[in-house]
Amino acid sequence: MSAVLPMAAVAPPTRALSMKSWFGVFAALIVVVVLAPVLNLLVPDGNVFHMSDYAVALVGKIMCYAICALAMDLIWGYTGILSLGHGVFFALGGYAMGMYLMRQIGRDGQYKSDMPDFMVFLNWKEYPWHWLVSDSFIAQMLLVVLVPGLLAFVFGFFAFRSRIKGVYFSIITQAMTFAAMLLFFRNETGFGGNNGFTDFKRILGIPVATPSMRMFLFVLTGLTLIGFYLFARWLIASKFGRVLQAIRDAEGRVMFTGYDPIRYKLTIWVISAVMCGIAGALYVPQVGIINPSEMSPAASIEMAIWAAVGGRATLIGPIVGAFFVNGAKSWFTQAFPEFWLYFLGALFIAVTLFLPQGIIGLVRRAKKETKV
Amino acid sequence: MTPDLMKAGTRALEEHERRVAPKESSGGRDASYGRVVTGELDVAHGAILYLDDITVSFDGFKALNALSLSISAGELRCIIGPNGAGKTTMMDVITGKTRPDVGKAFFGSTIDLLRLRENDIASIGIGRKFQKPTVFEHLTVFENLELALKADRGVPASMFFRLSGAQLDRIGEMLALIHLKDSAQRIAGLLSHGQKQWLEIGMLLMQDPKLLLLDEPVAGMTDEETERTAELFLSLEGNHSLVVVEHDMKFIGELTQGKPSKKVTVLHEGSVLAEGSLADVQANDKVVEVYLGR
Repeated sequence: MSAVLPMAAVAPPTRALSMKSWFGVFAALIVVVVLAPVLNLLVPDGNVFHMSDYAVALVGKIMCYAICALAMDLIWGYTGILSLGHGVFFALGGYAMGMYLMRQIGRDGQYKSDMPDFMVFLNWKEYPWHWLVSDSFIAQMLLVVLVPGLLAFVFGFFAFRSRIKGVYFSIITQAMTFAAMLLFFRNETGFGGNNGFTDFKRILGIPVATPSMRMFLFVLTGLTLIGFYLFARWLIASKFGRVLQAIRDAEGRVMFTGYDPIRYKLTIWVISAVMCGIAGALYVPQVGIINPSEMSPAASIEMAIWAAVGGRATLIGPIVGAFFVNGAKSWFTQAFPEFWLYFLGALFIAVTLFLPQGIIGLVRRAKKETKV
Repeated sequence: MTPDLMKAGTRALEEHERRVAPKESSGGRDASYGRVVTGELDVAHGAILYLDDITVSFDGFKALNALSLSISAGELRCIIGPNGAGKTTMMDVITGKTRPDVGKAFFGSTIDLLRLRENDIASIGIGRKFQKPTVFEHLTVFENLELALKADRGVPASMFFRLSGAQLDRIGEMLALIHLKDSAQRIAGLLSHGQKQWLEIGMLLMQDPKLLLLDEPVAGMTDEETERTAELFLSLEGNHSLVVVEHDMKFIGELTQGKPSKKVTVLHEGSVLAEGSLADVQANDKVVEVYLGR
């Protein structure tokens, strides 16, 4: 057969990240681990370089959202499965963390009881079964991963096996998160009803509301985001990632090539759900509240908007999108609170019409044009 | 047989069973009188594909009506027939996409196709080319072939997969064979229609299937491309079995090379209308009637 000499030109690059991207990741690490703590804790208040506590809380929160957007990109951007129910995984991770934080309140609640306030209010004398391990930090951290993972596995197994696809899958995920929200709204479910959990005092015995604790959670969230980004890059650069894209483009061909799409879809679906769960667990101690509104259909749809605005199937795009949309949201809701939803809708339409590749697509196009 | 010899035989068998884990489906010693079912393709009886009395109906319409067909190992079989004759439905049944209402479908003499799913059927060596060329549009030509390469299809194996030198060479050979060497790093969605057809054929061959099902493989190809495709298929004949569904009689003529030994099957209304050499079939009154509506 033919000469095999020019194969070097034919073989694709196997590296997950270019040198430039590694530099970017390194820069992000410096910002999160060194710059932000120094500017917040060491630079005195009033100095122009001081990073306010408000900014720390805001960026910390947005980084949690960015993890969700990254998870959305894996399942939607690369695999072509639009989930409109990822809020339920985020909230479940958050609730698992919240249960532990509620137990840490101890007797500092309003009723000065060992039990969380809402249970005293409901006149409950002992913990329901799902609260049995809630005083153990390690057990609850395992639940942060296991509960969203298990729900995603069971849901995904039946949905993918029944070959539910496209808009039908999106609608069912939407129904799932809505049903979960209704369930969590009920006081009898044992998750604090519509008030959810709040008024956290401590984590591992250390007060949560101190600047250093807030900064620690900020750094932890930043490292998690960077870690997940690298993990997602590695996944997508592997053959596994290419099978996912193949499923998105032509699932029938994938099947007739001998791959079982159900296993691939289920794997990435569970990975994506667990990422959201972890994001939720990081979110709750920083924001100080978790309630069923995180499971509202709108919350899940917003995640899809972050990914779309930033640029699907780029990994970095959805992170940028989460920062852009939520940054705009926090400014808008102060300046023109009643117009935020109109702006969000207009943004989504504009992106769909003019920027199918999102912000990242715009940046890439600009780069190309300046080069030529 | 003396008792000593029997004992020795039992010992030898135990020894053998200890070393070679007995295959579950073979039934151990009980199966010694019959054929051993190993899950491997068995073409000892000459047929690689055997369809018997297959009927598929959609809302009362019989897409396949008691279709029986047998393809020999190494054979290149052309199947023709007017629109709606059931050609594509037949491929759907063989590849597990559609389950027939009644009938049997065997791959070799031991593998029951009706009990397997699409991806399992692809793994045991049946490759299928769709009527509309189906490639992974957002991946490069190289990546398309890499995914089709024979390798462990499991999830963890894919995550940690690395191309070996031999596999790289194999992809290089295939790129040369399908005339896409210069387009290796192009996105498959940018290829011409004919090139996509070639890429899809290349992907099939990467899987090294024993039986290739080709649904209108030269649709949209130029005359030159069609000729090259015919050459390619003829070079595969013998090592692989091919079933080609085609409308293009010129292409069929190239594939059969006018040899009476090469069979052409005519499907009509879900069953076999005629079977024989191209000349015989073309002279068949019933076939002429079906095609020209006389």
